[in-house]
Amino acid sequence: MKHPFAIALDVGSSKANHTGSWRTLRPEYVDRLPPCNAACPAGEDIQGWLFHAESGDYEAAWHALTANNPLPAIMGRVCYHPCEGACNRGQLDSAVGINAVERFLGDLAIAEGWGFTPPAEETGKRVLVVGAGPAGLSAAYHLRRAGHAVVLREAGPMAGGMMRFGIPKYRLPRDVIDAEVARITAMGVGLELNTKVDDIEKTMTEHGFDAAFLAVGAHIARRAYIPAAGAAKILDAVSLLRSMEGEAPPLLGRRVVVYGGGNTAIDVARTARRLGAEEAIIVYRRTREKMPAHDFELEEALEEGVSMKWLSTIKNIDGGHLEIEKMALDDKGFPQPTGEFETLEADSLVLALGQDVDLSLLDKAPGIEIENGVVKVGPNMMTGRPGVFAGGDMAPSERTVTVAVGHGKKAARHIDAWLRGAALDVAAKHASASFDRLNTWYYEDAPATVRPMLEAARRIDSFSEVQGGLDATNALYEARRCLSCGNCFECDNCYGVCPDNAVIKLGPGKRFSIDYDYCKGCGLCAAECPCGAIDMVPETL
Amino acid sequence: MQKLKFYQKGTLTVGNRLVDEASHNVQASQERSNSLTCGHRACQGCGEALGARYAIDAAMRAAGKQLIAVNATGCLEVFTTPYPETSWQMPWMHSLFGNAAAVATGAAAAMRVTGKSTTRVVAQGGDGGTTDIGFGCLSGMFERNDDVLYICYDNEGYMNTGVQRSSATPPAARTATTPAIGAQPGNVFGTGKFVPKIAVAHDIPYVATASVADLHDLEAKVTKAMAFHGARYIQINVPCPLGWGAASHDTIRLARLAIETGLFPIFEAEYGRITQVRRIRRPKPVAEYLKLQRRYAHLFRDGVEDPRVARIQAIADRHIDEYGLLET
Repeated sequence: MKHPFAIALDVGSSKANHTGSWRTLRPEYVDRLPPCNAACPAGEDIQGWLFHAESGDYEAAWHALTANNPLPAIMGRVCYHPCEGACNRGQLDSAVGINAVERFLGDLAIAEGWGFTPPAEETGKRVLVVGAGPAGLSAAYHLRRAGHAVVLREAGPMAGGMMRFGIPKYRLPRDVIDAEVARITAMGVGLELNTKVDDIEKTMTEHGFDAAFLAVGAHIARRAYIPAAGAAKILDAVSLLRSMEGEAPPLLGRRVVVYGGGNTAIDVARTARRLGAEEAIIVYRRTREKMPAHDFELEEALEEGVSMKWLSTIKNIDGGHLEIEKMALDDKGFPQPTGEFETLEADSLVLALGQDVDLSLLDKAPGIEIENGVVKVGPNMMTGRPGVFAGGDMAPSERTVTVAVGHGKKAARHIDAWLRGAALDVAAKHASASFDRLNTWYYEDAPATVRPMLEAARRIDSFSEVQGGLDATNALYEARRCLSCGNCFECDNCYGVCPDNAVIKLGPGKRFSIDYDYCKGCGLCAAECPCGAIDMVPETL
Repeated sequence: MQKLKFYQKGTLTVGNRLVDEASHNVQASQERSNSLTCGHRACQGCGEALGARYAIDAAMRAAGKQLIAVNATGCLEVFTTPYPETSWQMPWMHSLFGNAAAVATGAAAAMRVTGKSTTRVVAQGGDGGTTDIGFGCLSGMFERNDDVLYICYDNEGYMNTGVQRSSATPPAARTATTPAIGAQPGNVFGTGKFVPKIAVAHDIPYVATASVADLHDLEAKVTKAMAFHGARYIQINVPCPLGWGAASHDTIRLARLAIETGLFPIFEAEYGRITQVRRIRRPKPVAEYLKLQRRYAHLFRDGVEDPRVARIQAIADRHIDEYGLLET
């Protein structure tokens, strides 16, 4: 070949020079478990559905959400959102309003009439679900999706369980429950109301069920012995809240005292205010810090004029006079009587001292063990009787709607595996996507959206919903506040910051790969990855 | 610069799946020209290699790939083009250390007289080839308003030849020729020059500073510069892991800190007037920037902060005041 003057060689490309051999550390793409997902009792892939919501594809987001939890509109109202407590963004400005976006998606689905697709194939197996509360509904939905024939038996006149008979309307409007239940029955789940299962063993054999999931709620009020003289009006929280679903609201009088410190006590006090009680006083034996009720609920109650009597127990009732003994916390934090007494006037007293589950349906079932008022279950949610699983309030747990939904899903997966004669393959969890792995520079400052609240003055004369929802604009904004901790969201940073052009962009949805022929292992991609989805791993030489 | 709403995840990242293809950064595109491709011999985490690809890819897009690059001697020339190999996937020319601006002037004139006026010319070099050795040619190119975009990759020293001091080396920095010994360890205070200001004084159409830590700003500036004809100058802050004694993964972090401390002011000027300033987003003390670099290690010996740190902070504060770098 003829070369110009003083040129002896052809032009070559530096690509002949494989600089990857310089490397001592190699970048590797990883997926980590975001704290929101790790904290979700219902096992939602929160980051996964927020990803779709971010691009405004709410239908895809809703489908991704309901792959794990069929009740988003209910969740968006009553879940205590441990996800937000765990959210890494909380360390940056404030947590992403996951619960608010979930409610927006749930409400949008109801408005748009989005539904679930019935299973493509039937397995021919029949599963009985006892109790149409959150655990039962969740299990029925997941079992139906897996292709099983599901019969959902409910002792009460309406589906919803504790969500309907325990949570007041101002927190959870009833049309929301109806809409989300209807979507599950539309998949072919047979819902049988007013049908109490008295003997599980008999029901299963008589009707030929292959497996059963028991999810009876804690509907029996716990009582405390308080000596009472004269005609005192004493009710329990469970029956009071249940009677709110009837025709005539209960008569409580002008001055109502609620005894207890849980969320139910607060629900009762707020309900009493709405029923016209001029004073609703919660008597609790410990302090605000020790109260099991959520602080935001207490705050809302205080706004509505509910008053609190801390460190107090009721010793005696004489007609409308309650004898209160003052308590003091000892060094272990337990309340101890002080011998100081005072009198409180009350037209009625409501006891909110905890609830138990009616376990009589298990009396004749062999092999089922009961401990501390709940059923013993294995890691797969199965009781001692093969094929009978239990969850929700019946199983040992923190009794919340979200935990129950999680139990339903978990049990359904194990029931499905058990019916197929296999053990469920549970994938190992990814390591945690901790805050220190993020490069927060790349996230724009974006304060959280505040959900509108009904004015306190307008709350107490009606059962209107207290907390409002988001609209399409601020739901989108809120979804986009997600940092996508630990999982690539295709921001192109690694592709951009590589001085060696050694990151290959594979196209939308396909993420990236490293060209190890040229990657020198400088670590810029890992350092500048906003979400911590790249690890630098020592090379083996 | 484009202001995108509801863009929390991608406002500052290289790309964003939520915006349309046309609004993407060049560097986010699978179709970027990769003018400076892989296999080059720059050190791990080289800021200059990064800055050069950012700037030239953006210029390539702006010029519809009708672009010639003229290179001064320096790291960029040596690590990309050891004869006969090259990493440049574009017409590229190297002559001498000090004459890049003059050669580029000639290339632009050649394009004009041969009727190829749509072919644009960039000249590029390090701070040594620009602020010291090539300064006469550069000033001549400016005053004649030749149709060249000159890009200076400022890594604050002669890094290729073994880290010697240049007129862009900051005070107190240790180099091979300003060792950290004696009463005045490192480079002396009160020396050096800031060429962007000198370029502005030539009243040329466009002058800007930019940084590898802010790709959006860098690409916008190169694109804007390419919209002008006549002499244009962009100086890009490119940290040098070797010469600065920093970890290779800290290159962008250092460039970011140089901006956020106020040590490297980011601005643009048209026809002799400053028209825009990039404000500091999260203000940082200079110590945070200095501590990451071994060239300043003598300022923090035995855990004691040398009084010179305060003098460097005063320089940063003066920049903040002079350019209005903080939101008021």
